[in-house]
Amino acid sequence: MSVYQKNELEEDETSRTLSLIVDNQPGTLARVIGLFSGRGYNIESLNVTEIDKIRNLSRISLVTRGTSMTIEQIKSQLLRIIPVHIVRDLTLEGPFIKSELALVKLVVKGANRVEALRIAETFRARTLDVTLSSFVFELTGKPSKLDAFINLMRSLGDTEVSRTGVSAISRGDKTETKLLDQI
Amino acid sequence: MTSNYMTGAEAVIKALVDNGVEVIFGYPGGAVLPLYDALFENKKIKHILVRHEQAAVHAAEGYARSTGKVGCVLVTSGPGATNAITGLTDALMDSVPVICLSGQVPTHLIGTDAFQEADTVGISRPCTKHNYLVKNADKLCEIIHKSFEIASSGRPGPVLIDLPKDIQLTNVKYINKTQKIKKHNHYYSNVDEDLINKVAKLLLQSERPIIYAGGGVVNSGPKASKLLTELVNLLDCPVTLTLMGLGCVPNTNKNFLGMLGMHGTYEANLAMHNCDVMLNVGARFDDRVTGRLNAFAPNSKKVHIDVDKSSINKVVSVDYGIVGDCKEILSVLVQEVKKLHNQKVLKSKTTWWSKINKWKEKDSLGFKQIGNNIKPQQAIKSLYEKTKKFDTYITTEVGQHQMWAAQYFGFSKPNHWMTSGGLGTMGYGLPSSVGVQIAHPKSLVIDISGEASFLMNMQELSTIVQYKLPIKIFILNNEWMGMVRQWQELNHGSRYSESYTSSLPDFVKLAESFGINGLRVDNINNLEATIDEMININGPVIADIRVEKEENCFPMIPSGAAHNEMILSSDDNVKDTSNEGLALV
Ligand SMILES: Cc1ncc(C[n+]2csc(CCOP(=O)(O)OP(=O)(O)O)c2C)c(N)n1
Ligand SMILES: [Mg+2]
Repeated sequence: MSVYQKNELEEDETSRTLSLIVDNQPGTLARVIGLFSGRGYNIESLNVTEIDKIRNLSRISLVTRGTSMTIEQIKSQLLRIIPVHIVRDLTLEGPFIKSELALVKLVVKGANRVEALRIAETFRARTLDVTLSSFVFELTGKPSKLDAFINLMRSLGDTEVSRTGVSAISRGDKTETKLLDQI
Repeated sequence: MTSNYMTGAEAVIKALVDNGVEVIFGYPGGAVLPLYDALFENKKIKHILVRHEQAAVHAAEGYARSTGKVGCVLVTSGPGATNAITGLTDALMDSVPVICLSGQVPTHLIGTDAFQEADTVGISRPCTKHNYLVKNADKLCEIIHKSFEIASSGRPGPVLIDLPKDIQLTNVKYINKTQKIKKHNHYYSNVDEDLINKVAKLLLQSERPIIYAGGGVVNSGPKASKLLTELVNLLDCPVTLTLMGLGCVPNTNKNFLGMLGMHGTYEANLAMHNCDVMLNVGARFDDRVTGRLNAFAPNSKKVHIDVDKSSINKVVSVDYGIVGDCKEILSVLVQEVKKLHNQKVLKSKTTWWSKINKWKEKDSLGFKQIGNNIKPQQAIKSLYEKTKKFDTYITTEVGQHQMWAAQYFGFSKPNHWMTSGGLGTMGYGLPSSVGVQIAHPKSLVIDISGEASFLMNMQELSTIVQYKLPIKIFILNNEWMGMVRQWQELNHGSRYSESYTSSLPDFVKLAESFGINGLRVDNINNLEATIDEMININGPVIADIRVEKEENCFPMIPSGAAHNEMILSSDDNVKDTSNEGLALV
């Protein structure tokens, strides 16, 4: 944290999920990422897509890691970015859902094909593509579930993985509609 | 003539006028020629032709900081824009409102490595508060109006607007500044009266309070400085100022302990170390100020007022953080203190003041002017004595001379002291003085300079002569990059690697070559006469003040040390700098 010395009393770092509403314009993502790289913060996962075409807004779901002082700092730094309108700390707000999608290609022949399908079924993965020597599975869920699935697939053959990064939303009936109206 | 249609370039200039711009500092080039056409026709904006784009930004900073207005810059694409980057970073670090217009290659050529193309928004993204590339001419006016709002609201800062040449030539409909541009939703003043009341009580009941204030007070306007001084007087508590805050409490105020931090006074730093309640107004716990953090004011409750929420708890955790504009918060705080004051809850501070007065007896800024050589400290002291009856504006470069200026020159008003604090940019002072003198044509403007820093932007002498700016350039010439030499002496076994400048110019002849006056003095007995002569010359002057070459700047908190580990002179037993300390800048 400080240039002079790590605070000896510093608490442990924890993982936090932030949800940002930003203008969907060129440069916004660069500003957010530049903030993290420039100030030495971690990004564990990042996911961005437009969510409101009329107001031209995107949501960035971001998983970061740090002490609570660092996280507070990250949140206030994010709010200094002009096209960033809302910064929510889902981890702090209460129960929330974190979900991710993975596409996993497995090159596999012989007896392991059955094993792969059996595992896919257990994980409720969908099979999107099949050839005599490969599968492409689609799996959604918690990142840890995706990790477990991918590890199993790796032990069965050559794999290729594409993941979206975490997308997150709070549980319950609270929405951002009012906040969005103020933008 | 009433038509609202005009070229993009004309719309830009009109928008500047509508935003109150009277002066623009710039340098032409291919990508901004349409803007220069529009300026040619315009009678309301005075263009100042600098000699380097970095200087344009520093001049705009000097203009902005000495007036409280937004400074304005115009540069061409590619090298023009990249030259401006140091200035923009400087303005960002010191929270100076600046608008920088840069030319860009036409939109259809962006991305083709066209002649003088640079990714200006990409390069300037981390060194501006915000920036725009105008790709759609319909958005042009709105973007310019908004940029002024962004640059000057909340924590001020630089905004760059990149203007492709085709946009400058397109016909656009001029859109007026709307009455109320929506403020960025995160700049709010949190005037939480309960919290402020708590803070007022804390201050009144503390036995050893101190107020530590910075550039945020200056940025908030003269009213904030008045309120701060009022608060100090009400509480009868000590006050210390950061480098950026000098002037926001008059130097003559009896409660003022001088500057704090690395080269601050002994009493200011020790009072910080020993206080029980610290009120930080508009400062940011910069590392030059705090020294080693784990020993920073260890037994104190800390209150921090800042317009930028991210400054609160960034490096020092505080007990009360109040987000808001200094003058708004201070005005409520002063009211609360007054209310409580009437109930006589103010704790006596006699013991606290007697402690502080003991520290003062150390006379940490004392020095001995012996022999004929001019001590740099004396040069600044004499300069102050000779100029304090005028409305004097001081700019500086970076190095020992800057610290001596901060220590020995007295500032009685805000906005009269322009120095590069956050970035520490050598070459800041001379162009900055150009901006100051343009804004205050009748005032005495002095650039306190070091010979090495002066060489970094001395091309601006040409600007100074062109506009007949009577700037006084007061060079403390020690032939060394003195501050570097000092660190090498104290931390690097006196290995003076590359810190001596040989082949310095003859500054008097240099002045003469520009057709201005040059003075030189190397004997203490002639110092005052030389200063008088400098002030009395009706025009720009370079005064080459030959000072003691190897003088060090004290007092000093060595790298990695704490406030209570200051050294007062070279003779002080300096503990070997810790390894962590050595790694610090
Ligand atoms: C642009 C830039 N380059 C390098 C430095 C590092 N630096 C800090 S002070 C200094 C020496 C300044 O020398 P001078 O202007 O003669 O001032 P003095 O310290 O001698 O008063 C240097 C090189 C800097 N601050 N800025
Ligand atoms: Mg020097």
